[in-house]
Amino acid sequence: MGHPELAEKFVANTKRMHWHDKALWFVREKRDLASKSIDEWEELRRVASEIKAHTINNLDKYLLEFEKNAKAKGIHVHWAKDANEHNEIVLNLLNKIGAKKLVKSKSMLTEECHLNPFLEKNGIEVVDTDLGERIVQLRGEVPSHIVLPAIHLKKEDVGTTFEKYLGTQKGNSDPTYLTREARKHLREKFLGADASMTGVNFAIAQTGGVVVCTNEGNADLGASLPKLHIASMGLEKVIPRLKDLSIFTRLLARSATGQPVTSYTSHFHAPVVDGEMHVILVDNGRSDIIANEDFRQSLNCIRCGACINTCPVYRRSGGHSYGYTIPGPIGSTLGASKDLRANKTLPFACTLCASCSNVCPLKINLHNQLYKHRQNVVKAGLLGFKKYTALKVATWVMKHPALMDFSGKMARKIVPKLPRSILYSKANAWGKKRELPKFPQKSFKELYKERKK
Amino acid sequence: MNSKEAILNNIRKNLPNLKTTLPYTNISHMSYENKDEKFAISLKSVGGNAIWLQNETIDEFVKESYKDLKVIVSTCKDATCSTLDLKDIKEPHELKDVDLAIIEGEFGVAENGAVWVKNQPSIPRALYFIAKQLLIIVKKGEVVDTMHEAYERIEFNESGYGTFISGPSKTADIEQSLVIGAHGPTDACVLFV
Repeated sequence: MGHPELAEKFVANTKRMHWHDKALWFVREKRDLASKSIDEWEELRRVASEIKAHTINNLDKYLLEFEKNAKAKGIHVHWAKDANEHNEIVLNLLNKIGAKKLVKSKSMLTEECHLNPFLEKNGIEVVDTDLGERIVQLRGEVPSHIVLPAIHLKKEDVGTTFEKYLGTQKGNSDPTYLTREARKHLREKFLGADASMTGVNFAIAQTGGVVVCTNEGNADLGASLPKLHIASMGLEKVIPRLKDLSIFTRLLARSATGQPVTSYTSHFHAPVVDGEMHVILVDNGRSDIIANEDFRQSLNCIRCGACINTCPVYRRSGGHSYGYTIPGPIGSTLGASKDLRANKTLPFACTLCASCSNVCPLKINLHNQLYKHRQNVVKAGLLGFKKYTALKVATWVMKHPALMDFSGKMARKIVPKLPRSILYSKANAWGKKRELPKFPQKSFKELYKERKK
Repeated sequence: MNSKEAILNNIRKNLPNLKTTLPYTNISHMSYENKDEKFAISLKSVGGNAIWLQNETIDEFVKESYKDLKVIVSTCKDATCSTLDLKDIKEPHELKDVDLAIIEGEFGVAENGAVWVKNQPSIPRALYFIAKQLLIIVKKGEVVDTMHEAYERIEFNESGYGTFISGPSKTADIEQSLVIGAHGPTDACVLFV
């Protein structure tokens, strides 16, 4: 199913759709307040995008520099071509020490690699420790947002989920109560874990360490209790210098949630005492995107989610309607780059309003990318017969002014007289939940001519 | 060809070879006339609080501010009110009942209320996150304007771990309602001495 079909399910509940829309807009507004409190915000965006552009242009060198410096600090570095190789590396590391219980903090990469089902199949208990991720994990869902994984759920949904799995009080959906209960439940998991995994926000080539930004403290608690810590990162997470973080840490949380910085910005440059730390560098299609000038900038993303919060389509269709690991504008371009056929509807889940590009702290040209992907969908013959033919006919009519005038005239005469059963029939997808505007008596051309007289 | 070579070869094949340079990161930026005041405001906005110690010792402050706490761990030599000695700890898991951790921070950042905490290998990293409450001791006057100054002061030549801590742990994962105290400390105070 494509985005329109999945979104249809979401918008069927109008009240909930508006609630979701408002919840996300609230986050967008917090982002606005935070960014406007910084005089040099635009300068930060410029420098950040230049750092990333330079890094991607020299990606091989910075990855090797990172590897060399990380190894010098006693951190093991692995390279994974694709999701399978990544998952095998993780499983091998766990098996080597006989680990059966894994605590994992937020990592969209491990979602992308479908690591959880793979490990579970191999007898490993995986517990997502970010509260939002734990909620969706218990429900058998996937995150609907990269920063706010459970944003599609109401507190009552969380209440019933916890009632079922954690035995919380019936009917109690107070967020503080539920959070405290989750804290107790996950504390046990942290203390009983054999190994931990975290994502990576930034990997510093110069110092050979990785940086993880969280609010809950789950990544640090996980990584500091068991002896084995595995951090997985996409290739594009490397940055050249430690100082570059002064730029990125000022942009990330403000863009994401409107906070001045995350509660914890943790720099891991060695394993815990008597422990092991491993970093897995994952390609999984990233090195192919570099070749394409149109989409290269999508590798600059720092996963703040600002484009998602502002997107009018995301806000009204929800993260699960995208059917891709990362929803919203950035996910639509990454998904289309990765597999155009599978994600052919995503570039169209967009109004081309460009709000995403305007809020992006890295100034990624997201809407241009989606526009380009649309053209590629057409070129690849993936548009679908109905849409393709309709557009062909429209193009032909518009190329012939006399025919265009005549068609317009006929439409103004006939359409208002047509019965609703025909006008809003199944054939007219635009008629779903939309009323046609009142037809004018005359065309713009006619009015213009009259005025000139 | 192993994966590392395969990945690097593909990157090199695809590189655009554009002329780019690394920009200067210390751009002109905001500064605050009263850094302490801005730090306190920022920290308050993220759920923490900042206090400047007057005519009393840290021990006296702790005794007065934290009542009925059973387990206190201090890694700060000027706070001698520990009830648990880290030397007696074999595994970080044994810290699970710590009510208050008193730790040292190097400096605060005015723009976001964060304190830079550099870990010494003798201190289990888990302490900062497993304790119910956190008290961070910072020297008076040690507040910088922004992260630009902050990253000028940081290095990892000796230490394997360091973190900026900005207030207590928190989450808004349930219907956007901010809850202070997620997995880490439910309370974080920065004490300038």
